[in-house]
Amino acid sequence: MADSPPTDSRPREDALQAREWLETMTLIRRFEERAGEMYARAKVGGFLHLSIGEEATIVGAARALRDTDYLISTYRSHGHALVRGTPPENVMAELFGKVDGCCRGRGGSMHMFDMARRFMGGYGIVGGNLPIAAGIALASDYTETDEVTLCTFGDGASNQGTFGETLNLAALWSLPVVFMVTNNQFGMGTALGRHSAVTDLQRKGESLGVPGMRCDGMDIRDTYGVVCEAVAKVREERRPVLIEAITYRFRGHSMADPEQYRSKDEVARWRERDPLSVYGRQLMDEGTITAGEIEQLDAQAIARVDGAVEFAEASPFPEPSDLYDDIYVLGESSRGWYSVETTEDREEGSAASGPEPAVNDEIPQQLTSALAAGEDGHEPGDED
Amino acid sequence: MATPAGPRYREALNQALREELTRDERVMLMGEDIGVFGGAFKVTDGLLEEFGEKRIRDTPISENTIVGLGVGAAMTGLRPVVELMTINFALLALDQIVNHAAHIHYMFGGQARVPLVVRMPQGAGHQLGPTHSHCFEAMFLQVPGLLVAVPATAADAKGLLKSAIRDENPVVFIEHESLYGVRGEVPEGEHLVPFGVARTAREGSDVTIVGISRMALTAERAARTLSEDHGVEAEVIDPRTLRPLDLDTILASVRRTNRCVIVEEGWPHGGVGANLAALIGEQAFDDLDAPVARVTGADVPMPYSKPLEDIAYPHEPQVVAAALATLNRTAAV
Repeated sequence: MADSPPTDSRPREDALQAREWLETMTLIRRFEERAGEMYARAKVGGFLHLSIGEEATIVGAARALRDTDYLISTYRSHGHALVRGTPPENVMAELFGKVDGCCRGRGGSMHMFDMARRFMGGYGIVGGNLPIAAGIALASDYTETDEVTLCTFGDGASNQGTFGETLNLAALWSLPVVFMVTNNQFGMGTALGRHSAVTDLQRKGESLGVPGMRCDGMDIRDTYGVVCEAVAKVREERRPVLIEAITYRFRGHSMADPEQYRSKDEVARWRERDPLSVYGRQLMDEGTITAGEIEQLDAQAIARVDGAVEFAEASPFPEPSDLYDDIYVLGESSRGWYSVETTEDREEGSAASGPEPAVNDEIPQQLTSALAAGEDGHEPGDED
Repeated sequence: MATPAGPRYREALNQALREELTRDERVMLMGEDIGVFGGAFKVTDGLLEEFGEKRIRDTPISENTIVGLGVGAAMTGLRPVVELMTINFALLALDQIVNHAAHIHYMFGGQARVPLVVRMPQGAGHQLGPTHSHCFEAMFLQVPGLLVAVPATAADAKGLLKSAIRDENPVVFIEHESLYGVRGEVPEGEHLVPFGVARTAREGSDVTIVGISRMALTAERAARTLSEDHGVEAEVIDPRTLRPLDLDTILASVRRTNRCVIVEEGWPHGGVGANLAALIGEQAFDDLDAPVARVTGADVPMPYSKPLEDIAYPHEPQVVAAALATLNRTAAV
């Protein structure tokens, strides 16, 4: 389909849901702001990609899912963990690299994960999550459940090989995946029109047998409505759909981004459509919520995030002895942490090191005798 | 030499797949031309007919995505076995194998498991040139989080593949193109070979020869020649898996023979032998009477032309010469 159908046929949120949506969007906003501050104070290392501006896309899409459905995301994944219910304390502790982080400090900002809540991860490789999403959907299909997988990725990922490969395979095998391209207008610092020949991204699946839909990713109602429709279709018909959510990130690609590729005016124009204030006003106009209640809800989010920072501060760093934990699932084949199975001269927890391997002399290559007959076991009729 | 009895290597692999598919409903196969075609090397022959399209899946030519599907399916409860047509094609899937399959358990703090097997054949000898003939076990050996198997016999092919499918970790299972047609004895009944346990193919007290993948067989032939023509008794060790590596067996042998030759088909720089020589040097330096020797593939992309291809990977005479050199002897008769 070329464009979204009229919204009146779509499911609408009730007052309770509306409040929760606004609450969760606010939590993500306040969390991201504090994460940015903590980064500036060097509490958070590495790269930090914030999703400020994309809250409606995140919450609207995730709320269209059942708890048993899977969500899988990218390196911009704090909001996806939070929307699925991972406590902000554990997400913040992960940013701090602490043991109480949701991945025990192993993944950091780009690699959030919460198996119990079926948040199947943030992935640092652009496009790396698409095949995995299809694999999760394959398992759902194989075990004859009606679970759906929602796979989000950025506009930049729509140029990766895995995009075409995965959409083709998902369509070919009728896999229940909702692919959702979060079009925030930039692949890092490269504007959409400079990185994709087709900028109408919802159409990029057409030649692969995946129909497209579009939603206004700044409008949580529209996002929710379109994703609900897609999820229902995918659940029922067991075949993939591609949704393009049009959105914008208000902050840079990461904290290390001077944003020379876009104008302040452009950012200001998009900020007028801030998904939080727009939705808040909408709910006030409709009499669902009062300005005071919104203030209260914001204060609660700030308090929760403050608590998360305190929690992350207080949580210890992992012990050096944890370094080798969870490389392997230990069992018959992997009895120890180290790849070399020896008990000699090796202390638990010490990394193996040694001098550079010597380079051997040139190996004499002339053959002194004919090869033994059948040496390589190659037989007529073997494929080669 | 009489043709040994028993199934061919490819048939042993087929048995392993058939038995595990029968044993565990969660086991399923994906790969290019593994179903209707029966596998480029016929390893999966007959499985589609027996187990159906749900479990034996022909895929498009999309290596990285096929492996990625395996990763996702493994994380959520299946036991996928992915076939890649050659190890060179596995390079297209390195992102999913290394960045994802190998690291997911660790980077997500132990929450997820990836019980995935990725099978692939390697090796020169069939004039397939520089994009179908290489040996990349050293590349996979380097990656923490992966298990790496390099079976050289039909029995090990079967026993290791069954163990790989049952393991909770991602396994890179490296077969050898030139071994598919080779017969070998395979024990009757349930046959499992554990990872991390080397096979001593031949006992001897003069020199230890470690052979990787097909080179384990080349090493065995060289050992016979050493015994018959030179009166040298070589001990031949096939590690069978490179991660985990049964270094204890290798060190114990080196401590008895005081000499070691490592034979591999892959490239010399950063190879399996380079790694193993370093480990032996670190842990058994005082036991060595000669530098650890390596016989490796030539440091070139694999050429097509037969005479060039023949000299680009090791053969028995080079192994014999290298073993004699550790004894300060030459191959001249």
